[in-house]
Amino acid sequence: MTRRRVLPGLRLALGVTLLYAAIIIVLPLGALVFKAASLGPEDYWRIVSSGRALASYRVTVLSALAATAFNLVFGMALAWVLVRYRFPGKRFVDALVDLPFALPTAVAGIALTTLFAPNGWFGEPLAAIGVTVAYTPLGIMVAMAFTSLPFIVRTVQPVLEDLDPALEEAAQTLGGSDASIFVRVILPLLAPALLAGVSLSFARSLGEFGAIIFIAGNQPFETEITALLAFIRLEEYDYQAAAAIASVLLITAFLMLAVTNLLQARALRYTARG
Amino acid sequence: MKIRLDNVVKTFETFRAVHGVSLDIDSGQLVALLGPSGSGKTTILRMIAGLEYADGGRIFFGDIDATAIPVRDRGVGFVFQNYALFPHMTVGENIAFGMKVSKVRRSREAMAARVGELLDQVRLSGLADRFPSQISGGQRQRVALARALAVDPKVLLLDEPFGALDANVRRELRRWLREFHDQLGITTIFVTHDQEEALDLADRVVILNEGRIVQQGTPEEVCRRPDSAFVMRFLGDAHRLVGKVTGGVAKVAGGTVNVDGPQAGEVEILVRPGDVRWGEGDIPASVIRIIDRPDGRRLLARLDDGSDVEIDTPPETAVASGDRGTVRVMRAQVFPLRN
Repeated sequence: MTRRRVLPGLRLALGVTLLYAAIIIVLPLGALVFKAASLGPEDYWRIVSSGRALASYRVTVLSALAATAFNLVFGMALAWVLVRYRFPGKRFVDALVDLPFALPTAVAGIALTTLFAPNGWFGEPLAAIGVTVAYTPLGIMVAMAFTSLPFIVRTVQPVLEDLDPALEEAAQTLGGSDASIFVRVILPLLAPALLAGVSLSFARSLGEFGAIIFIAGNQPFETEITALLAFIRLEEYDYQAAAAIASVLLITAFLMLAVTNLLQARALRYTARG
Repeated sequence: MKIRLDNVVKTFETFRAVHGVSLDIDSGQLVALLGPSGSGKTTILRMIAGLEYADGGRIFFGDIDATAIPVRDRGVGFVFQNYALFPHMTVGENIAFGMKVSKVRRSREAMAARVGELLDQVRLSGLADRFPSQISGGQRQRVALARALAVDPKVLLLDEPFGALDANVRRELRRWLREFHDQLGITTIFVTHDQEEALDLADRVVILNEGRIVQQGTPEEVCRRPDSAFVMRFLGDAHRLVGKVTGGVAKVAGGTVNVDGPQAGEVEILVRPGDVRWGEGDIPASVIRIIDRPDGRRLLARLDDGSDVEIDTPPETAVASGDRGTVRVMRAQVFPLRN
């Protein structure tokens, strides 16, 4: 006898899920790949390896890496504070974390540009010490870090909440220093969540568009991100080139998520019951 | 290692958890801190470990004042209530953790040898490569013990060591821990709320209530000479009668109870079910309920003043609910009545 379940049976649930996944995710991506594939291999290669495209990959990937590294540290610290301490306004800060998700990215971009412009609240004092953020790669990193911060906080937070403080106490009674407890006990237990957060944060940064184009300056070879280059080709009605460039982003994101999943499975092997 | 607590105080925000507790524990003893929840027993254990700082008073390890020594340098082995094993490490890695983070460098071989030796001691050889999620609760507890012992602690502290185990495993592990302690001879303090566990296992029992020590002594001393009604009740089933003593005899609910000792006037008399007889004596009572157990019958009887007593009788006692009769109190603890 089959067990009665709350949600409708496998066939219906699976059917609906697959249909939605096909329409919403696979179809547009398929169209993209199809469009890009309509170029010959030589044309495809010429477009994706042109100097301007290569420069845009470099800017995008390096900025995304920097933004993700920043979020890794800052997001983990934020999650730690939100879980382990009680302070006035904690719920407000907790709600604030989701703001980059809720805010239209263009609004975020305009706000950041205003702040970091040479006469802005942050831009002016920074200019005084010789740091320019707006219209430089640094601006791209700021915009990426802003829009992808919630990923790390929200993936690490629940795991930290479940982390038994007795584990740290046990490590202390065994003579562990704060550094060795962090490295040997806390970090390995957070690793799967951190990995998930990092990969989401990085993928989001690779694809971010709206927040960046306002602050980046968009100089070809210097501050032009890959998504913008695809958009420019689109505006020139060069759909095939746009699809080719976009396909590079797609493949990168896909490969990275696949690798992260593998790493995550490895990091979680201790939960397997034998 | 001798442990001495001198007037130790701990306050949490507004709640005083421990009021001026002083305690001497001899080297090599196995001591139980016994008390109901909220009695401060775990807080005392955590202060000895250095996991909580005392707000007042001092804690000595031997002649050394350990009050301000941080937990990582205090040299205690602590077994947590839920064992707190590191879930991402194997059993062997868990046990080796203390040696790995130690300032004393050991070779890989020396550590592996020590881990093997400890696993043998706690009878878990062969499980070194399992993860904590792959072994039973009783096994986890012994891993936690081996992990605590790996760093050669001066004192072993156990917080409700059998709390998370089922009854059969618990009894077996209790006997085993006693034997294990006798082999090692390490000063051991454990916290429990289970009087049977404390009496069964410990050389000395320290009974706590509301952040104070109410009595301490060997199991025999605290059982035979409880010095308060609280201790009497906490250590086992006891029922309370109220009476008036004149010349060694207390008048209770239309009958009498012989009392030794100098008490006079209004008293409370505490009796255990095993110390009361049915069908003897001169206190009128009626049976309200009969509870049959593997080792006998327990009668719940009500005296004419409305107080209840329980009586352990042999299994073949012929009695029915509602019967009238008399009871005799063979042995009782008598305390002056407090208002």
